[in-house]
Amino acid sequence: MGIRKGMEIALAAAEAVALCRPDVVAAYPITPNTHIPEHLSDIVAEGRLDAEFICVESEHSALSACMGASGAGARVFTATSSQGLLYMAEIMSIASSMRLPVVMALGNRALSGPLNIWNDHSDIMSQRDTGWISLFAAHGQEVIDMMIQAFKIAENRDVMLPINVNLDGFQLTHVVEVMDFPTQEEVDEFLPVYKPFASLHPDHPCSMGTLGLPEIYSEATRAREAAVVNSKKTILKVWDEWEKRFGRKYEPIQSYKMKGAEIAMLTMGSMGETAEVAIDALREKGVPIGLLKLVLWRPFPYEELKKAVKGVKSLIVMDRCVSFGGPGGPVASEIRSALYNEAGCPDITNYIFGLGGRDVAVEDFIKMIDQVRLADKKRPKEHYEFYGVRGE
Amino acid sequence: MANKKWPEDWQDVTPGCIVFEPGSASQYHTGSWRAQKPIWDNTKCIKCGVCYIYCPEGCIIEREDGFFEANLDYCKGCGICAHECWPLAIKMVEEG
Repeated sequence: MGIRKGMEIALAAAEAVALCRPDVVAAYPITPNTHIPEHLSDIVAEGRLDAEFICVESEHSALSACMGASGAGARVFTATSSQGLLYMAEIMSIASSMRLPVVMALGNRALSGPLNIWNDHSDIMSQRDTGWISLFAAHGQEVIDMMIQAFKIAENRDVMLPINVNLDGFQLTHVVEVMDFPTQEEVDEFLPVYKPFASLHPDHPCSMGTLGLPEIYSEATRAREAAVVNSKKTILKVWDEWEKRFGRKYEPIQSYKMKGAEIAMLTMGSMGETAEVAIDALREKGVPIGLLKLVLWRPFPYEELKKAVKGVKSLIVMDRCVSFGGPGGPVASEIRSALYNEAGCPDITNYIFGLGGRDVAVEDFIKMIDQVRLADKKRPKEHYEFYGVRGE
Repeated sequence: MANKKWPEDWQDVTPGCIVFEPGSASQYHTGSWRAQKPIWDNTKCIKCGVCYIYCPEGCIIEREDGFFEANLDYCKGCGICAHECWPLAIKMVEEG
């Protein structure tokens, strides 16, 4: 049985990573993820974890060091946020193209400028198309669980891809929650020692990160796309095993009170927790509404989404990111595109809100839902709407 | 094809495009990129080896008689050897 204790979620994430016995941790501190690598360096210094903690000079180096170590057969971990992720941008796509199972904790934070250290999803959305698997945690327990699941998914021979676990900056990283920690024995049983598909060893020479001329680049990219798409099978298997071992269920889209729902709200990350309370209040008033929490962002769960919105007439998609001059927030754009050819596709409203740490309360969710369900149907609808921004 | 240059289909691409055969880059004949090739005039050549040292491709070899020549399978025709050859023994000529 696991150990139940209260802890700041960033520290809990570090404890969960330590349970996975990484060989190399390379990270550069940046708010709000800082406590994760900081606490891991403490764990290494205390001798609780036999790992190489590399104090790199930048995020570019952090990811590069992780990739080098991963290429040499090590289990690796890094963590970052916002501008740090952008500094890794040059390397992000190379990690997935080289099929190196780097695990990253991403404490989501708004991109500058204006300079802002608080939460939204603009950092990860800028790196959406780099071939990484992306998971979104809604609360501390999911952060712990996903950190451990991430190694098992990434290192699976059918996957061999880097993975980022997204946890909202401050809303999750700096919040103290009571969580269940698996024991070392339980994690050791769940997560076998990493056996790389190939590693840089003089006895078995190989070249990694090679040049791809026009004659091969398209095929290499197609193969990587197939790897990302196929990774869903392994993700589902790992989640299935997790539920059997630890009793906590994970799904690409988690449904909350969706039975008989005609209106649904779709959220990602920590806002799902607040939205649940709003859904409860509206359900009590008899509003047929439910909540869909998108957990698996990449690979995108098309089938699960189509199934989840069956019977839903109105879908409200919440975005914590702007696609400037685009057709809506990145999440809504994808949902629209995924459902476009579906018979009975729900009417989709897109709210952009909670940017740069702007607090969103239960009443805000209720207000947004009421705006949609009580709207004048004759009024032409915008592709997207900002919520909670001052000014007409 | 024992040593085919490219995987036929995307399904044949190794994970991460990892190459397991050491030195397999030699199977790719970069000489096809060449527009000009170096020609040695061995009456001027003093066998100093400057061309051999400067060749960025490493494709200039010293023959048994001490003179030099380029392996045209790999020579990209950059002309550095001709530029560096101070006795002016190397001339770059257009490929026919």
